Amino acid sequence: MIALDPILLFFLFGLAAGLLRSELRLPPAVYELVSMVLLLAIGMKGGVELARQPFLVLVPQMLAVVALGFALPFAAYPLLKGPGRLPRADAAAIAAHYGSVSVGTYAVAAAYFASREIPFEEHMPLLLALMEVPAILAGILLARGFSRDVELRAMLHEVFLGKGIVLLAGGLAIGWIAGDAGLAGVKPLFFDLFKGILALFLLEMGLITSTQFASLRRHGVVLVLFGLAMPLASALVGTAMGVALGLSPGGTAMLAILAASASYIAVPAAMRISVPEANPTLSLAASLGVTFPFNVLVGIPLYHALAVRAHALLGG
Amino acid sequence: MLGHSRRLLTIVTEAALEGRLVQELERLGAHGWTITDARGRGSRGVRNSAWDASANVRIEVVCEPATAEAIADHLRERYAPNYAMILFLSDVLVLRPEKF
Repeated sequence: MIALDPILLFFLFGLAAGLLRSELRLPPAVYELVSMVLLLAIGMKGGVELARQPFLVLVPQMLAVVALGFALPFAAYPLLKGPGRLPRADAAAIAAHYGSVSVGTYAVAAAYFASREIPFEEHMPLLLALMEVPAILAGILLARGFSRDVELRAMLHEVFLGKGIVLLAGGLAIGWIAGDAGLAGVKPLFFDLFKGILALFLLEMGLITSTQFASLRRHGVVLVLFGLAMPLASALVGTAMGVALGLSPGGTAMLAILAASASYIAVPAAMRISVPEANPTLSLAASLGVTFPFNVLVGIPLYHALAVRAHALLGG
Repeated sequence: MLGHSRRLLTIVTEAALEGRLVQELERLGAHGWTITDARGRGSRGVRNSAWDASANVRIEVVCEPATAEAIADHLRERYAPNYAMILFLSDVLVLRPEKF
């Protein structure tokens, strides 16, 4: 058996401590700092790569992931509404979470790929940033239709100026402008310490995830089934898209991971403001309680194997 | 008597609403407010402020009774049904009435 990556052990440690009701907790300001460093580091990595290649080449990929992020909620919604028997607002809000992405999952995947020396397209963070937003709009459309009581300005502000997007975009810009050599001075903090900081982040994620289990027990099987089935289906779509776009096997796997991951920061905040009647507990129980642990523990190696298989089959 | 009578409106609610509520307070005529991070437990479960989605804030506004009641009514109608929100009013004595 392959030993688990220590960062995943941190996640399991947090999970166990939370389930045992330990008092353990990352101070809120530390959690905030840790997520800031992760977002900036991921952004800068992508930005450096953007400086290396002509931007126009990336446009088809950018359009494809925006379309993917927008389409996934429309596939998820009927499942939640029909067989899942959830009210419209709840189904729409959960669907939105699954169209968007989880930066935490991406960070774990990036660390996993780095430790196994699997190459992938380094501009992935750009696609990551682009995929955060469209699902939010899809979720609002699903919940509200084209009605006029959607407060567009407040919503757009929430969507585009949320902390996560701003930090990712800022990191991308800094990396792009400064370039690889320019970033040498900040490298020790952002890149060399990446895994240690990710470990702290995952410790807190484990603690947070453990608090979702209680609501899972209450709201039952629908969320668990959906939380497992949806990422698998999305990963298939992501893999197909990666192959079609001509990405490397590593890049294809990354795209599958982006498609499979579910948001737990940007979308909950946006849905809380835009679709207040949706119960936030349900979405978080599914995305944090089921999908996040599934993706980081099982999903990442699985999607990578899937991408490698797809490339072998299609002669990519 | 030393003090002047005013109303203190206390709102305990989700941190996600903070930006929204500040705009509403301004629009409804409050001259100032104080916001603190809060945690606790109520009908919507434990809100322990460990991270954004479960963070609470406590907003305190001291103003004329009519303004306080107008704000309270508006918030109760507009936000209370869908958000974790507690509102209560108390009478307070202020020393510098021109500030409220």
